[in-house]
Amino acid sequence: MIGFASALNLISDTSESPDGPDTQHPEDRTLWSDAMLAAAILAVDPAGVGGALVRSFPGPVRDRWMTGLTGLLPEDMPVRRVPLHVTDDRLLGGLDLAATLRSGRPVAERGLLVQADGGVLVLAMAERAEPSSVARLTATLDTGEVAVERDGFALRHPSRFGVIALDEGVDWEERPTPGLRDRLALHLDLSDVSVREAAVSGIPFDLIAIRRARDALPTVTIDDPSVEALCGTALALGVESLRAAILAIRVARIHSALCGATDVRPEDAAVAARLVLGPRATRLPMSEPDPEEPEAPEPETQSAEPDQPDPPSSPDRDETESEQTERSLDRPLEDQVQDAAAAAIPLGLLAMLQADARRRTAAAASGKAGAAQIVQRGGRPMGSRRGELKPGVRVAVLDTLRVAAPWQRLRRREISETETSPRVLVRPDDIRLTRFKRRRGTVTIFAVDASGSASLNRLAEAKGAVELLLADCYVRRDEVALISFRGAGAEVLLSPTRSLTRAKRQLGVLPGGGGTPLAAGIDAAGALAERIVKQGRSVSLVFLIDGRPNVGRDGLGGRERAQQDAEEAARQIALAGFPALVVDMSARPQPASRELAGKMGAIYLPLPRADSRTLSRAVQAATAGA
Amino acid sequence: MAAVFPFSAIVGQDDMKLALLIAAVDQSVGGVLVMGDRGTGKSTAVRALAALLPPMPVVQGCPYNCDPAKTAEGCVSGCTYRDAKSKPGSMSIPVVDLPLGATEDRVVGALDLEKVLAHGERAFEPGLLARAHRGFLYIDEVNLLEDHLVDLLLDVAASGENVVEREGLSVRHPAKFVLVGSGNPEEGELRPQLLDRFGLSLEVRTPTDLKTRVEVVRRRDEFERDPAAFVEKWQAEEQKVVKKIQNGRKRIAQVAVPDAALERAAEICIALGTDGLRGELTLIRSARALAAIEGKKTVTDRQLRAVAPTALRHRLRRDPLDESGSTARLDRVLVDVFDREGAAA
Repeated sequence: MIGFASALNLISDTSESPDGPDTQHPEDRTLWSDAMLAAAILAVDPAGVGGALVRSFPGPVRDRWMTGLTGLLPEDMPVRRVPLHVTDDRLLGGLDLAATLRSGRPVAERGLLVQADGGVLVLAMAERAEPSSVARLTATLDTGEVAVERDGFALRHPSRFGVIALDEGVDWEERPTPGLRDRLALHLDLSDVSVREAAVSGIPFDLIAIRRARDALPTVTIDDPSVEALCGTALALGVESLRAAILAIRVARIHSALCGATDVRPEDAAVAARLVLGPRATRLPMSEPDPEEPEAPEPETQSAEPDQPDPPSSPDRDETESEQTERSLDRPLEDQVQDAAAAAIPLGLLAMLQADARRRTAAAASGKAGAAQIVQRGGRPMGSRRGELKPGVRVAVLDTLRVAAPWQRLRRREISETETSPRVLVRPDDIRLTRFKRRRGTVTIFAVDASGSASLNRLAEAKGAVELLLADCYVRRDEVALISFRGAGAEVLLSPTRSLTRAKRQLGVLPGGGGTPLAAGIDAAGALAERIVKQGRSVSLVFLIDGRPNVGRDGLGGRERAQQDAEEAARQIALAGFPALVVDMSARPQPASRELAGKMGAIYLPLPRADSRTLSRAVQAATAGA
Repeated sequence: MAAVFPFSAIVGQDDMKLALLIAAVDQSVGGVLVMGDRGTGKSTAVRALAALLPPMPVVQGCPYNCDPAKTAEGCVSGCTYRDAKSKPGSMSIPVVDLPLGATEDRVVGALDLEKVLAHGERAFEPGLLARAHRGFLYIDEVNLLEDHLVDLLLDVAASGENVVEREGLSVRHPAKFVLVGSGNPEEGELRPQLLDRFGLSLEVRTPTDLKTRVEVVRRRDEFERDPAAFVEKWQAEEQKVVKKIQNGRKRIAQVAVPDAALERAAEICIALGTDGLRGELTLIRSARALAAIEGKKTVTDRQLRAVAPTALRHRLRRDPLDESGSTARLDRVLVDVFDREGAAA
C-alpha cells in the first residue's frame, strides 16, 4: 500500500530531479508493487477490467510479471496469444477446411477471440498491431460476443476476456491505438523496473485470496461519495473518457474484495485512481504544479518508506489500514483520491508540464491524441484467381471448394467404387488462389516554414494552403505528417497519421516566429521520409518555404551559410529520390527558391499563382512520381 | 447478448437519441452517422434502439423480409414464398450488425455451401443485406470498414437493390435499409462518398460536467451489477419511447408540410449552398418526422430549425478540415433565415 505521503513524495522527487539516479530506487518499488497489485486485480476479473496495457521491452521483468499473473489464474482459464499479423481467419474464425472435407459439410473453426472466452488474450507487440485487428478485438470487449459473418457462416459466440496488451513501443509516439488503451483499465509501465527488484518481491495475494475475491466481488457495494470522488478525479486529471471512470469503479470494487471488505473504502478508491486514472492523466489536478509542495511531505517520507516493500499480509494489514483511515478523515475524499492518482501520473507528463508554455501546447496535444499508430493498410483480398498450388501462395479455400462442389456427384461417379474416396474431390483445376492488392500507404510530409518572415508574410495563408492539401490527402486516404521549422531547428509536430482532425488541430496551434532554418527543415523531412520508406510505404514531401534561409545546420545565423546548407540538404532529397513539391509562399517568389527546388528535384510552385486546384494537381503530380 | 442497456437510460446525448428516433419514425431520411469521442454510448444507443422498434408485416418465411403489401415483382426473381396462401407474418424491424471482418460473401449472399456439399444443389444463401432489408444496417467503427465493402454498400444503398452475379448464380433482390454508422474520427476519416450516404450526421462529445458524468457512471454500474433489475426499472420509460416511435410512424402521413415550410427549407439550403436536392429532402423529411414525434400536425420553423444542423452540416460544400467553420456558418445562416424574419413578423 502506498500512502498519501509517498504519493506526494513521488511528485516532489520527479519535479526536483526528473532523472536523478537516486530517485529511481523508491520509484521502482512503487512501479513494481503497483504492477503486482494490478496483476492480482486483473486475475480476479479479467473481463471486468478489460485487461492491462503493459509497456516494457521483452525481458525478465515482463516475464516475471506474466508468470506472476498466470500463476494467479485458475488452471482451466484459457490464455491465448494473438500474433502480430493475425489474420481474420485466426482471430474471428472461419471455415475449417480439414473438418469440412472430412465431414462433407461446412464446419466452422473458432477464432482466438472465441477461444479466449472466460480467460485472457495476450496481444503481442500491441503498438504495432493493425488497427483493424484491434477494432475486432475491442468490438468483442464491448459487446461480449464475437460476431462472425464469414465464409458462409453467420455465428454469434458469446465471449468475455481480458486483454494483456504487450506494448514494446520505443518512444511516446509508438503506442497501441487509443481505442484499445481506453478499454483496458490497468496501464503499467515496467520499463524502469529493475530486474533485481522484480526477482525479489512477488504478488501480495495468493490463489486463495484471488478466488475468495472473485466470489465476493458481486456483493461489494460502492457508495455515492466514492463514485463522485473517482469521477471528480478523472475530470481533474483531464481524463475525458467515461470508460476510465467506469473501469476505475470496477477496480476499486475488486481491490475491496481482495482485502476482504464488503464495500469500497477510500483506500480502494485511491488504488483505483492510482492504477486506472493516474496513467491516463493529461494534466495535473492543480492548474500549475505547486513548487512549495515538496516541503511538507519530507518528514513523512521516511515513515512511509519502510511500509512499501511489505506485502499487506494479514497481521499488519489492519494496522496499516486503520492508520490510513485515520489520515483519511482529515481530508475530503476526492483530494485523497486525486493525490493517489497523481502518484501514478507518467513522468513524461510532469516534465512536459514544466517545460515552457509554447512547447507544452504542442506536446500535450500530440500526446493526448495518441500520436502515431503505424497504420499499415494491409492488402485487401481482390477475389481469387485460378492458380497452381505451390509454396507461398494463399489458397482461397472457400472459392476452391465452391468451384469443386457442383462437380462432386459427377466426379464420384467417375471414380471406381473400390477406391476409397475423400469426401470432397478437388481437382487441380478447382484450385483458386487469393489475390491481394497490396496498397502501399502513401504518407505526405508537410514541412512548413514557420519562421518570423513567413509568419509576418503569409503563415495564415500557408496554413490555408496546407489545409487544402490535407483535404486532398483526405480524399485519397493518404496519411499525413507535419514538420515545422523555425528558430534554431525543425520539429516533427505530427507523426504520420490518417486522422486529419489531428493534423488540423496541430496546424491550428502551429507557432510562428524566429529564424528560417531551412536546412534543418529539409533534413528533418528527409529523415522522416527515410523511416517511412523503410516501413515499406511510399512518401511524398511538400515544402512550404519562404525561400530566405538565415539559419544554418549548426543552428547559427548567417544567410550565406544557411543557403549553402539548404542546398546541400536539398541535394540529398534528390539523391534519395523522394518526390517533392516546393510551394513558395513568399509575396514575391524568389529565384533562389526555384533553384532550390531544382536541386531537390522537386516541382516548384509559387503560391501567388496557386489556387486550390493547382495545388491539388501539383500534389497529385508529386505523388504520382512515388 | 443477454440484456441490452435501455435507450432511455442513456444520460444526455439528446441529439443522438433524437436523430435515431427520427430515423425510426421515417426510414426514408436515409441513415444516421454518429461520430465522436470514445465511450459516449454511440453503439449502446443504436443497439438499444433495436429493442424498441415496432413490428412490421412480412411475407411469411421470406428471407428477404418482403412486404406483403407489395407485389412479388419487387422481390427476388422467382420468389416462391407468396405462392403459398400463408398468412402474412410479422417481425420486429431488423437492426443488423455488420461486424468488421465480415467477408463479402456474407454481406451480399453467396452459394449455400451446405446445400452444395450435402445435396449437390445450387442454392443462394442471402447475406446481411437481405436481412437488413426494410430495417437498419449498423456498422460500428464505420471508418475502419474495408474499402471494398464500402464500395459495395454505396452501390447497394444507391440502387436499393442487391445484385449477385457469381458462381453461376444470378440473383437480384431488394435491399433498402437505413445505414447507421458510428466511429471515432481519431481512428481514421470516413470516405466522403460514404459520408454523403448518411441523411443525418452528428458528433457526440463526452459530457464535461461532473454531475452528468457521475450519473452516466452510476447508471452503467447499476446496469452491470444487475442487468435484469435495471432493465426492469427502466421498463416504463422504454415503453414511452416505444409509444413515441409508434405514434410517430402512425401520424407522420398526416403531418402537413405547408408551402411556407418548403420555401423555408429551400431558403436555408440556398443560403448554405448545399449540393443537390438530397439535403433539402432530408431536411423536410426529418422535420416532418420530428413534428410527428411531437404530435404536431404541421411542420413549422421550429422543427426545421431543430433538425437543420443534423441534416445539413455534413453537406456543406466541403472543406473537410473545417468542421467548426461549417458549424459557425450553419448557425449564422439559421439565425439569418429565421430571426431576421422573426423580427420582421
